[in-house]
Amino acid sequence: MFSVLTDNWPLFRDGFWLTIRLFLVSGVLSLVFGTALGAFRVSPVPALRGFGTGYVNILRNTPLTLVFAFLFFGAAKMDLALPNPFWTAVGALTIYTSAFICEVVRSGVNTIAPGQAEAARAVGMSFVQVLTIVVLPQAFRAIIPPLMSVLIALLKNTTIAAGFSVVEAGSIPAAMSERGENQLVTLFWITIGFLILIVPLIFLQRWAERRTAVA
Amino acid sequence: MSAVLYEAPGPRAKRRNRISNIVVLVVLLGAITWLILRMYDYGQFEGRLWRQFQYSSIQRQMLDGLLNTLKAAGLAAVLALLFGAVFAAARISDHKWLRTPATLIVELFRAVPLLILMFYFYFGNIQFGLGLGPFWAVVFGLTLYNGSVLAEIFRAGIAAVPKGQREAAYALGLRKNQVVRLVLLPQAISAMLPAIVSQLVVLLKDTALGFIITYGELLYVAKQMGGRLTYGFPYIPTYMVTAVIYIGLCSLLSLLARYLEGRSRRRRKITGAPPPLPLTTDPGSAPPI
Repeated sequence: MFSVLTDNWPLFRDGFWLTIRLFLVSGVLSLVFGTALGAFRVSPVPALRGFGTGYVNILRNTPLTLVFAFLFFGAAKMDLALPNPFWTAVGALTIYTSAFICEVVRSGVNTIAPGQAEAARAVGMSFVQVLTIVVLPQAFRAIIPPLMSVLIALLKNTTIAAGFSVVEAGSIPAAMSERGENQLVTLFWITIGFLILIVPLIFLQRWAERRTAVA
Repeated sequence: MSAVLYEAPGPRAKRRNRISNIVVLVVLLGAITWLILRMYDYGQFEGRLWRQFQYSSIQRQMLDGLLNTLKAAGLAAVLALLFGAVFAAARISDHKWLRTPATLIVELFRAVPLLILMFYFYFGNIQFGLGLGPFWAVVFGLTLYNGSVLAEIFRAGIAAVPKGQREAAYALGLRKNQVVRLVLLPQAISAMLPAIVSQLVVLLKDTALGFIITYGELLYVAKQMGGRLTYGFPYIPTYMVTAVIYIGLCSLLSLLARYLEGRSRRRRKITGAPPPLPLTTDPGSAPPI
């Protein structure tokens, strides 16, 4: 049981390290793009709103595997391929996850009663002040729990890159299969690895939920 | 426009918004034109790349792929609903020995990546020669993951029925089984329906993972079609057609979810039934924990 892990330790270590890197890089990029898209969707400019809505509706109804396939096989046909498999995977994960982060941000902002902002403007606050002092601190509370869910999903979705020859944790079974190792034991250790990564995120989410809850 | 962030625009803001609108439209149109020209320059509109869609044998192949997708999604949906119902019942049980393992199992399957769940069945089948093809790996994987999410939706839906309903039912002397079956479930169902349907959209999308474990669904067929040298590797045309099919199917289901949500919200105004559960923001595998 343990020998499967210890004999192939470099494979597991490198695989999970790449998973973590994929997660962190595409997590940060998705937060940036998703927030920008969310801002588009609540903006007073109709064209920006339309773009945001279109983007979200298309991407949310497309399988992530298709986004991967398009970037890996399709984009090269127009010379638009990203430099290497790692960045292509990051691109696919970011394009997809941004749509979900956008929705989280938008619905978070929409939970604030308009009276809050009206009151803030009535006492003479500027747009930036309304946003940073009144709206965001309150929206944060509604944003954190679903945002963590989206990030947990992103971590799990990194495994799809295994189908496109990115050697992250999800690709360990294929490599182990060539070495003739016991696959179920391999999968057991991969499961443990993902639980080690995900359980802290779940606890962080619950903690943040309690922390920001209204007493 | 969000009433929270922006005041009703005055004359100057209106003009500014109109100008920004035009600028954004020009930029968007420019981007789309650039993309189309780029596709044109790289010959993506050449007849050769699109020709195979005309052949009935290839149309049938795509149709088979689509049917395989729907077959896996349909069977997995039925099994996941069953799984969800059983485990939700176990999770609201009064018996700790039933509740604790059910909670553990549901939490476990929600935390493990779906592809890894499919791998268990796929490689397990190879290792033990069970004679289960990739179809069953896809179906069982989808069942375990989505069943667990659905169990959580069912549980939350029942918990969202106002406490007074349960108390009144117990006060009338109904048994727990009757309280759940006659009082809580009928009220919870309409609140849960939108969330259930939007989880089924996730399930449908996730059948595309079958591509990775060589299940011959739509995306798998698309890869084969795109890889044909005779037609000049028409990856882009095939993926465009595939995307339209997926987006069409999922949008229909999403619209249904939205319609059900609106209906249950309207009904709530009249009857005071519990509000609809939030639609999952589930990007394919995340639980709304």
